Amino acid sequence: MITQALFRALDKKAIWIVAILLVVAIAVPMSNLLLPEGNPFRLPNYAVPLFGKYLTFAMLALALDLVWGYCGILSLGHGAFFAIGGYAMGMYLMRQIGTRGVYANPILPDFMVFLNWKELPWYWYGMDNFWIAMLMVVLVPGLLAFVFGFLAFRSRVTGVYLSIITQAMTYALLLAFFRNDMGFGGNNGLTDFKDILGQPISATTTRAALFAASAIALALAVLACSMIVNSKLGKVMVAVRDAESRTRFLGYRVEYVKLFAFVVSAIIAGIAGALYVPQVGIINPSEFDPANSIEVVIWTAVGGRGTIIGPIIGGILVNVGKSYFTGAFPEYWLFALGALFVVTTLFLPKGIVGLIGQYRAATTRREQHDRDAPTPQQVEAGVDPQPKPAE
Amino acid sequence: MSEAAEKLGTMLYLDGVSVAFDGFKAINNLSIIVHPAEMLAIIGPNGAGKTTMMDIITGKTRPDDGQVLFDGRTDLTKLDEAAIANLGIGRKFQKPTVFESHTVWDNIEMALKKPRGVFAALFYVADDADIARITEILETVRLIARKDDYAANLSHGQKQWLEIGMLLAQDPKLLLVDEPVAGMTDAETVETAKLLKDIARTRSVVVVEHDMSFVRELGSRVTCLAEGAVLAEGSLDQVSANPVVIERYLGR
Repeated sequence: MITQALFRALDKKAIWIVAILLVVAIAVPMSNLLLPEGNPFRLPNYAVPLFGKYLTFAMLALALDLVWGYCGILSLGHGAFFAIGGYAMGMYLMRQIGTRGVYANPILPDFMVFLNWKELPWYWYGMDNFWIAMLMVVLVPGLLAFVFGFLAFRSRVTGVYLSIITQAMTYALLLAFFRNDMGFGGNNGLTDFKDILGQPISATTTRAALFAASAIALALAVLACSMIVNSKLGKVMVAVRDAESRTRFLGYRVEYVKLFAFVVSAIIAGIAGALYVPQVGIINPSEFDPANSIEVVIWTAVGGRGTIIGPIIGGILVNVGKSYFTGAFPEYWLFALGALFVVTTLFLPKGIVGLIGQYRAATTRREQHDRDAPTPQQVEAGVDPQPKPAE
Repeated sequence: MSEAAEKLGTMLYLDGVSVAFDGFKAINNLSIIVHPAEMLAIIGPNGAGKTTMMDIITGKTRPDDGQVLFDGRTDLTKLDEAAIANLGIGRKFQKPTVFESHTVWDNIEMALKKPRGVFAALFYVADDADIARITEILETVRLIARKDDYAANLSHGQKQWLEIGMLLAQDPKLLLVDEPVAGMTDAETVETAKLLKDIARTRSVVVVEHDMSFVRELGSRVTCLAEGAVLAEGSLDQVSANPVVIERYLGR
């Protein structure tokens, strides 16, 4: 039964996306590691973690699309799940520093020594173990989404009100993580990482491996999302988006459908955050900034919500644009981002993917029209207007 | 007959139901009984409380007062919409509400009586019996030729029929049908009446309608509501001959 459900999810588009991601996962590290310096096809060292970062952003946008594009829940706090996943990874990386820190304390991270803490807070226990840390990457965002979603969806908080409380959630976390007492490094966050799984974190091979891991994680997320949206549950999600009360009168528990989508989405966002942190080398409270979460909404909208490929395209394109703009005209980036959102909302309600779809539909319609319109000779001869085989 | 015995044989039992919105009594001491495999047509002027009555039965609105029983024993005022739908009460809305971004087939498939849980839906694969049932329903509502079209592209009348098809797929014991022939041609209206009469042979059906010729076509018991209470009951001829009904609803 489960295999059958999986096969159904493997529609042609999903297979293509996964195949492309797997090719990228191999090609980018190979180009960076194997080609000699000076080869025009060699990716420079700085580009590998940069592209890896774009992939984690694409994954975050995909996570948001699962709840927003398919289930109609506009979360303006998805950056929180991303950041929590990132902090869990950051805690693991901090514990790997060991005696190489400034204060050379084998147990306590530098900021705790600086704050005069004598022992590790309980929630840091076990985070030196990679697998426990990875479990937390999945568990903590999932649990937060479960509790938050359970309360919000059961009370039937929808639409703009839900968006506002998701925003409040990430803002509250922003303020909490800023406090030194929280034990997450306060304002500075967690940084100065040395090793991941025993490998030096800034080595080109490690970065190549992290890039490949990001591409594979994104491919798996595509598979998971594709399986969900192509199932009957996915159809019910869209039904909830379009006519929530009708779905309820069919006997579906709308709150559980939403909760499922929200939790899966938060977990995907958390994994994306965990892959983001070792590639950029820092996690701090600014990741909880509500503006970040709103940016994710823009990526998703620009790419095309309600599709699997849309948010991936949007997440990558907008961030490539951001890298370019913030380098070339730093003061105009926010204007460009704002303009992009306005243009998308006004002219591209279905995003870039929708534009391609429209163009395709228009061409097929034209072809259909040309084919169906009988030529005068055919009409006279009473011939069926079938297209002639090409000669 | 004792009161308990009276309730026991009913499919739907409303007794002394009242609900007020901001002091306005939308339903005022309303009592209605529907028996198994019986059709009841409800007529009445705008604002008589017909839709509010359906909201109360389906759990959308909680009554301030009164008793609402399904199948003679289940208290509907304690349950929410999904639970009531799963008990076997299907509802067709006044404005046809189908899932427009899904195909006609998927609309019926989602409505099909199956476990409604999240994981049951995630791993659901239609078996041969389901496919046969969906095909049969689409043939009944004459949409089989359009099964792969998006519901958004159906005409108004076809959407009404699709929604009736979704009701059938739910396999309910009681159908609440709100203005099923609004926007339909005369021929479609006649067909709809036939279909509903057919359904009422095995299930209870409550139809709210303004179209008098359609109500006549149904040939069922008629209740006229006004200002949230029953104004008159009986056959259509009896009700439409009632001087109060003429005064308040039909006009002279």
